[in-house]
Amino acid sequence: MRTSTGARVGQYAALLAYLVFLAFPFLWLISTAFKPPQELASLHPTWIPENPTLDNFRQAFDEQPLLRAAFNSLLAALGAAVIAVVIATPMAYVMARHRGRLGRAATGWVVVSQAFPFVLLIIPLFLVLKHLRLINSVAGLVMVYVVWSLPFALWMLAGYVRAVPAELEEAAAVDGAGRLRVLVSVTAPLLAPGIVATALFAFITAWNEFFFALVLLKTPEKQTLPVILTHFIGAEGVADLGPLAAAAFLATLPSLVVFALIQRRITGGMLAGAVKS
Amino acid sequence: MPTRTRITTLLVSLSLLLAGCSGGGDGADDGRITLRFQSLAWQEESVTANKELVREWNATHPDVRVEYVQGSWDSVHDQLLTSFEGGEAPDIIHDASDDLADFAYGGYLADLTDLLPGRLKSDIPRRSWETVTFGDGVYGVPFLQEPRVLIANADLLDKSGVRVPTPGRPWSWAEFRQVTKRLSGDGTYGVAWPLKEPVSATLNLSLSTGGKLFHRGADGKVTVRFEEGDRVVPRTIHDQVNTDHSASSTTLGSGGSDTLPGFFAGKYAMVPLGFSYRQQIEQQAPEGFDWRVLPAPAGAEGLTQGVSPQTLSIAEDSPHKKEAAAFVDFLLQPDNMVRLALGDWMLPTGTEALKDPALHTAEHGWATGTALAGHLRPAPAQSVRGYPEWKDKVATPALQEYYSGAIGMAELRKRLVEDGNLVLARYQR
Repeated sequence: MRTSTGARVGQYAALLAYLVFLAFPFLWLISTAFKPPQELASLHPTWIPENPTLDNFRQAFDEQPLLRAAFNSLLAALGAAVIAVVIATPMAYVMARHRGRLGRAATGWVVVSQAFPFVLLIIPLFLVLKHLRLINSVAGLVMVYVVWSLPFALWMLAGYVRAVPAELEEAAAVDGAGRLRVLVSVTAPLLAPGIVATALFAFITAWNEFFFALVLLKTPEKQTLPVILTHFIGAEGVADLGPLAAAAFLATLPSLVVFALIQRRITGGMLAGAVKS
Repeated sequence: MPTRTRITTLLVSLSLLLAGCSGGGDGADDGRITLRFQSLAWQEESVTANKELVREWNATHPDVRVEYVQGSWDSVHDQLLTSFEGGEAPDIIHDASDDLADFAYGGYLADLTDLLPGRLKSDIPRRSWETVTFGDGVYGVPFLQEPRVLIANADLLDKSGVRVPTPGRPWSWAEFRQVTKRLSGDGTYGVAWPLKEPVSATLNLSLSTGGKLFHRGADGKVTVRFEEGDRVVPRTIHDQVNTDHSASSTTLGSGGSDTLPGFFAGKYAMVPLGFSYRQQIEQQAPEGFDWRVLPAPAGAEGLTQGVSPQTLSIAEDSPHKKEAAAFVDFLLQPDNMVRLALGDWMLPTGTEALKDPALHTAEHGWATGTALAGHLRPAPAQSVRGYPEWKDKVATPALQEYYSGAIGMAELRKRLVEDGNLVLARYQR
């Protein structure tokens, strides 16, 4: 089916508008991070700082342990992503391939678990972690993040498993491959993009999470980036805008880089899967 | 390497990595006491002052080490509540008096009555202690406070020829209204009221006109009454916005910081702000911009206004309350209180600290603010149970609608009193 030139132009215009809409906050954040205080309080703000400065970055690093916090965030996010995927992959496979009462119950649990508000869970979780002596540790935080992201990860991965035709596994079995060989050589490569997408979801969820980190981590050496960012905000919501923007910009970079590196794998993998089916 | 071996290696590595980042408890078991002090200082100078004081304490008290923990105003209530419930609260807690009631009544904070030294008790005025007294106990030490002041564009003020008010001879509310009319015109408003939080601003300023709003009966129950003293401030703001057009209507929903660009651009001649906003103004004002600090208008009760001071409390669960109280006493020695006040651009509550010459200079309006210290009283809502709900569900929408001109004074009164008393009654059965 051929698309008319007008429709194509409309599509690109809509896409461009959407990109501008998405990019605006981030570009404004970058602009703010390089502005001196006088420009931040200007009635006619400009996109490009008139007197660009690195003072906001200097102040942000002087005042708060940003590198340490970034390391903690990375540790928590990577840990949560890897463990969530390791646990969710076989579970999702079972849910997708053996669709009985148990599978339906599991799916129901996934939906229901998403409805629980953070505030309802935080005190019981806190007490459990305290009993396990995991308060104020990144390990405890990773546990929470895994539990928190597991239902959605399961749901996501089960969809990817269902998209892999069972006939391929049957064909491999007919050719003499054992169960494990089928899973490793046939199913896993086709699932790769789904696993990557799920890991990315778990990573970004953990990277951005604030409330659990705020409550579970007590000492400055353990705190993650979202918690450290709030230290630039004072009473009545007054913010130290320049250093806050500088720190927020730096906090955004890792997840952008991870996404940029991985997104080609996701689309590539999806296309590969499409061809095979 | 076979796949199974690779997976096993990966899992073992991950376990080791996580084991490596597990917490190791609250410090060494060498007989030394470690206290955790959670500070909400956030401005560069203030954080520096707090950390320096902690360092000085640690240098002179080898047996009682204080660990500085950075908290955040933005999330302190939820974070403290969870910490209290889990028995993991910091020993020394920085907060504001209007946030303490639930914690005090909930038994989470230590009663400081017998823990504080006489020096500190007598140094801070009774009116400040009232802000942290709940029932029969004292649950915090009020140490920093800020009056609401008028920050004025000095050039516009001088050009208009109006009488410049001083703490000794402030404007009355009627005179203030006349002045803002004179300062308006040529694209300039006489005043920009940042009323994102209209309730605390209105209630606290209304103390100057004798407005109490909350009245406690002989049975201890609180009711809302909206009398003449309560009407002066809201009426003035309403008339400036809707009748005189000497106040900008667009800033009614703004926070204090949001008004600064317009203020620097000469769009507003005056902005009523908390005293600590001077730090932002000093930092952000364009070169050559001349600003001045003026006292808020006065009424039948003079310059009186309500405040909720910043406080230091001790957790009830702390096993080292005496040592924590000693640290609080050290932190609030007059010289140290001055350092904290200068760092936060606020006023100390201590009478000795208030005598410090650094707080009496004309520069940045310090002297004007210090002259107001004796007029500061506990915010009217401090001890009213149910106030947060009354504020969010009744007073905030009612005042916002009144200031924008959508409803009149009669409707405002009806909502604050009738709807308000229904809310408060539920908390006093």
